[in-house]
Amino acid sequence: MSEREALFSKKNLKLLSDPLNSSNPITVQVLGICSALAVTAQMKPAIVMALSVTAVVALANVIISLLRNTIPNRIRIIVQLVVIAALVILVDQVLKAYVYDVSKQLSVFVGLIITNCILMGRLEAFALGNKPWQSFLDGIGNGAGYGAILIIVGFFRELLGSGSIYGFRVIPESWYITHGGFYANNGMMILPPMALITIGIIIWVQRSRNRKLIEN
Amino acid sequence: MENLINIFVKSIFIENMIFAYFLGMCSYLAVSKSVKTATGLGIAVIFVLGITLPVNYLLEKYVLTEGALKWLDPSFASVDLSFLSFIMFIAVIASITQLVEMVVEKFTPVLYNQLGIFLPLIAVNCAILGGSLFMQQKAFLNIGEATVYALGSGVGWFLAIVGIAAIREKIQYSQIPAPLRGLGIAFIITGLMGIAFMGFMGIKL
Repeated sequence: MSEREALFSKKNLKLLSDPLNSSNPITVQVLGICSALAVTAQMKPAIVMALSVTAVVALANVIISLLRNTIPNRIRIIVQLVVIAALVILVDQVLKAYVYDVSKQLSVFVGLIITNCILMGRLEAFALGNKPWQSFLDGIGNGAGYGAILIIVGFFRELLGSGSIYGFRVIPESWYITHGGFYANNGMMILPPMALITIGIIIWVQRSRNRKLIEN
Repeated sequence: MENLINIFVKSIFIENMIFAYFLGMCSYLAVSKSVKTATGLGIAVIFVLGITLPVNYLLEKYVLTEGALKWLDPSFASVDLSFLSFIMFIAVIASITQLVEMVVEKFTPVLYNQLGIFLPLIAVNCAILGGSLFMQQKAFLNIGEATVYALGSGVGWFLAIVGIAAIREKIQYSQIPAPLRGLGIAFIITGLMGIAFMGFMGIKL
């Protein structure tokens, strides 16, 4: 057996930092868009969603990685789904108990974490072939990469659409036309299509800075 | 009858799975490079939604909701299994896709060759689980409404994926800024299609 790897060796840190940029789950691997967009009209649900997904990815990665040598290959998808579904039920119950209003706002999208492609994607591509600790870091990294995009999208949609950030008013009331000012919110930003366009623009910005990612 | 048509039209245009809820985006973006494969996947989604949603409806009505087990024994009237719904729904979906795959392979090999690779993928398509979760939220009165909702959502998804596949085939010849090529432009087109679909909002039958 080779020498024990340090807990935070360079390779392990790379597992954490790569998904934030050059292998971001949303903008590069195209995973987990399903639930990413619907919850970003405001920042609070976006942050709760990001934390929930990070917790589920990290734990599911660890569990599958521990079981990786005992799962028969033919039924691995069912096993993965059961592990994920169990974790999502836990997350759902915790959200209902502690942040009930946000959980109502997220509605079906908590349940949809089960079919979030990030989970299956990371389990298949990483956890089935790596040790638990690395899988854990990979899960945290990918959850953070997903969360970063969610929060950026949520920030712009809430700022431009409702004039607030995380529920706090940023643009003063007196600026609004209804109060005799000059400013009106862009109501489009709250609506679903603008989430897609915002992500499109994020991808544009990211790829023009990181030219390796450009598709032909 | 009127009610059913209302649900059908609403689920295709107004509450479109892709443009209003972003469900099934992963396969939507991955499999929309040619119209032919997009059509195959779209039909498979209609098919699987139309089968799994009524099954999940029965499961919800007779097993999972509070007091649903009363038909088994009056003493079960206070049992509430609704916290199990996620795991039950996904189990039903995964096993039915397997079953459908086997049945289709056995009886209609032609259809199987067309749908073949897509069927297993569908188990983890958010649109399918999403359909069941919305069904739970909307509390349909009977199984007919649930089935019509399933078919409508499926058709809406089908329209969306065939539409974007056609557009993506065309824009291959366009001059798009390099960093926007591929994924970026697909997102923006979907957004614009979503804005177009918003025109249906507020229609009441």
